[in-house]
Amino acid sequence: MATDEQLSAIKNSKVLMVGAGGIGCELLKTLALSGFQDIHIIDMDTIEVSNLNRQFLFRQSHVGQSKAKVARDAVLRLRPYINITAYHANVKDSQFNVDFFKEFDVVMNGLDNLDARRHVNRLCLAAGVPLVESGTTGFLGQVAIHVKGKTECYECQPKPSPKTYPVCTITSTPSKFVHCIVWAKDLLFAKLFGDKNQDNDLNVRSSDVGTSLEDSQDVFERRKDEDIGQYGRRIYDHVFGYNIEVALSNEETWKNRNKPRPIYSKDVLPENSSQWNGNVRKDGDVSAMASLGLKNPQDVWSLAENSRVFLEALKLFFVNRPKDIGNLTFDKDDQLAVEFVTAAANIRASSFGITSNSLFEAKGVAGNIVHAVATTNAIVAGLIVIEAIKVLQKDSNNYRMTYCLEHPARKMLLLPAEPFEPNKSCYVCSETPLSLEVNTCRSKLRDFVEKIVKVKLGMNFPLIMHGSQILYEVGDDLDADMVAIYSANLEKVLCELPSPVTSGTMLSIEDLQQEFSCTINIKHREEFDEEKEPDGMVLSGWTQPSAEKNKNEPAGNGENTSNALPAEETENATGKKRKLSDVSKATTSDGSGLAESGNHNQLESLDEDDDDLIMSDNLESLTKKKRPL
Amino acid sequence: MGGDEEQLTEQETALYDRQIRVWGADAQRRLSKSHFLVHGMKGIVAEFCKNIVLAGVGSVTLVDDRMVTEEALSANFLIPPEENAGRGKTLAELCCDSLKEFNPMVLVSVEKGDVSTFGGEFFEKFDAIILSSCSLVKKKLINQKCRKLSKRIAFYTVDCRDSTGEIFVDLQNYKYSKVTLLPVKVNCSQ
Repeated sequence: MATDEQLSAIKNSKVLMVGAGGIGCELLKTLALSGFQDIHIIDMDTIEVSNLNRQFLFRQSHVGQSKAKVARDAVLRLRPYINITAYHANVKDSQFNVDFFKEFDVVMNGLDNLDARRHVNRLCLAAGVPLVESGTTGFLGQVAIHVKGKTECYECQPKPSPKTYPVCTITSTPSKFVHCIVWAKDLLFAKLFGDKNQDNDLNVRSSDVGTSLEDSQDVFERRKDEDIGQYGRRIYDHVFGYNIEVALSNEETWKNRNKPRPIYSKDVLPENSSQWNGNVRKDGDVSAMASLGLKNPQDVWSLAENSRVFLEALKLFFVNRPKDIGNLTFDKDDQLAVEFVTAAANIRASSFGITSNSLFEAKGVAGNIVHAVATTNAIVAGLIVIEAIKVLQKDSNNYRMTYCLEHPARKMLLLPAEPFEPNKSCYVCSETPLSLEVNTCRSKLRDFVEKIVKVKLGMNFPLIMHGSQILYEVGDDLDADMVAIYSANLEKVLCELPSPVTSGTMLSIEDLQQEFSCTINIKHREEFDEEKEPDGMVLSGWTQPSAEKNKNEPAGNGENTSNALPAEETENATGKKRKLSDVSKATTSDGSGLAESGNHNQLESLDEDDDDLIMSDNLESLTKKKRPL
Repeated sequence: MGGDEEQLTEQETALYDRQIRVWGADAQRRLSKSHFLVHGMKGIVAEFCKNIVLAGVGSVTLVDDRMVTEEALSANFLIPPEENAGRGKTLAELCCDSLKEFNPMVLVSVEKGDVSTFGGEFFEKFDAIILSSCSLVKKKLINQKCRKLSKRIAFYTVDCRDSTGEIFVDLQNYKYSKVTLLPVKVNCSQ
């Protein structure tokens, strides 16, 4: 099958896999069967039931155990004489530093989040190790190859970050179901069952600031000896009735919008009875659905049913899980939490004229569930190994990005494309300086560190310098005095720092673990748009994907949006043409973003020149540009 | 709202959650009632069986009376190499044992003999047939037997050599629906 050279390169290689989940299981199996003999695998997760439909190295009896370790054991049974080293750890841990990465001939990712991918990208760049990236969502998949200096790095084309919504949309003017879910999950659920000391926007209204803030805190507290049924109805009436009436009193908001209607429990559930009838499920989980006899998670409940679930779930939390109150964050695998959030979101949706959803759907939205099947992962794993072998042989002319489609484009389900050249203005691999517009007299260093350095730049352990002065750093071995100074600095506005940061200042920022540094030019700006620029800081020189690309995407919630992939177009290119070869064509592949958290690839158009991989007799028909579909 | 016996069980809903989000609960229900015949346990077929068992079909019947060989082991991950216990077992039997573990809700069994000599009543039990490691003559013969039946059986052959593969599909006549995203223009002429 493979040539002797290939077999030898494979046998003597040392490879790293990051992720032992859907792609990871398939990949480990394929690597072992392909003759790889020294494989390292990192995964911090443990096995869950919902993994078992595709992560075939795991069994029901393994639920709760380390994915990396169980995967290793399973594959060693297939190939007892190879080396597989499993790390049950977070790839961002300091043990996986540049020296660690340098040991490998190739790194292969099977990750499910942007943050870890960026981290691995930087370490691979720093270590000079080729990276094969991949992702799948449902029937869609993608494999890409990143070789420093030769191709783009993972961050050359910025990837869409998880969607967030303006606060007022969530608190006052929802128009989509997802807005109701966010309200139910991050506001109401958090307020009732989460940390009481957390700020919560639940009573924020578009006008009226500062009115009876103390009152609103009391409203959600259950009064001493208050009957649980009564408490439930009081909360219900407050958030679905009273709050809506208050919102309605602000005419301005509703000038161009449909008005919501207040909903009161007495109108929906006239009788005051509560159903208390031993509702513990077989496995000991408490469930409002079980208690109310609602069996099918795919059913869409009526307003009355949603209201019953709301009240019943609230009651069950207080009566059966009192210790949890005040400590909970929403967990999609917490049945009762999902029931509560579904019901609350649906009632709010009813109020605003938005269509309700089943528990199944709501859970997907609230839990950002990515839909997944075994086959796509198997295909992608095979493609990863093919690219990895090319890397080992330094066969750079044949490096390919491959898209795995749901519907054929030009009769093909697998579309190869040549990788792009590095983006010269990529701040990660080309060290281009960035610019930050900020109000230097209002924004604090803390805002800069949290929102820009950690979130936008993806650094975990930043070191921020102004000239030779260190403004802030993180580390284990810091002097106590320095730590105090840095803490104090965080609370200062930029222009008041010991080394003042004003317009024209250049800051240099490093993450020593990622061996990644960049420069930011500061520009002072007075005003920022609250809705469009909620952070009060705008980073540029770091190209965001364009607005059109986000239009069709769901809010990272796992809905099947195959309609977002117009793969059959042969129209004009929108992407930049930066191919390895010099051939210029009318269409260019622009696969921005790997499948992730439900955000789909936007495959705008395809390059028609990559037919050298197709070994069929129909080569001519495949290369005709205007072939009807 | 539909009889209870038609609903997926709680166990199925939990296990298949991620794929139900891809193809829907109705498709999952229909999968759980479907029966597959698979002939020729080579590497590619092993992959297929893994995927179909994980998907949660009703049953998979395996046919391959050959004994284990070195070649069979190299690309078939369903057969563990240290098979002292495996001595005397056919390829189908060994694969059957492994596949059962992937999903205890799927009935995996072995059929022995030359299926090309079996009659229509045998093939009628299945909704889909996948043939591999089989001469063209036999493939055609089985295809004909299936086509003579009133029940429509989906017929597939698959073969893989080196880095080339081939799949043949015969679905006879079938209906499907397609979602159209474009608005339809209606011309109102008198």
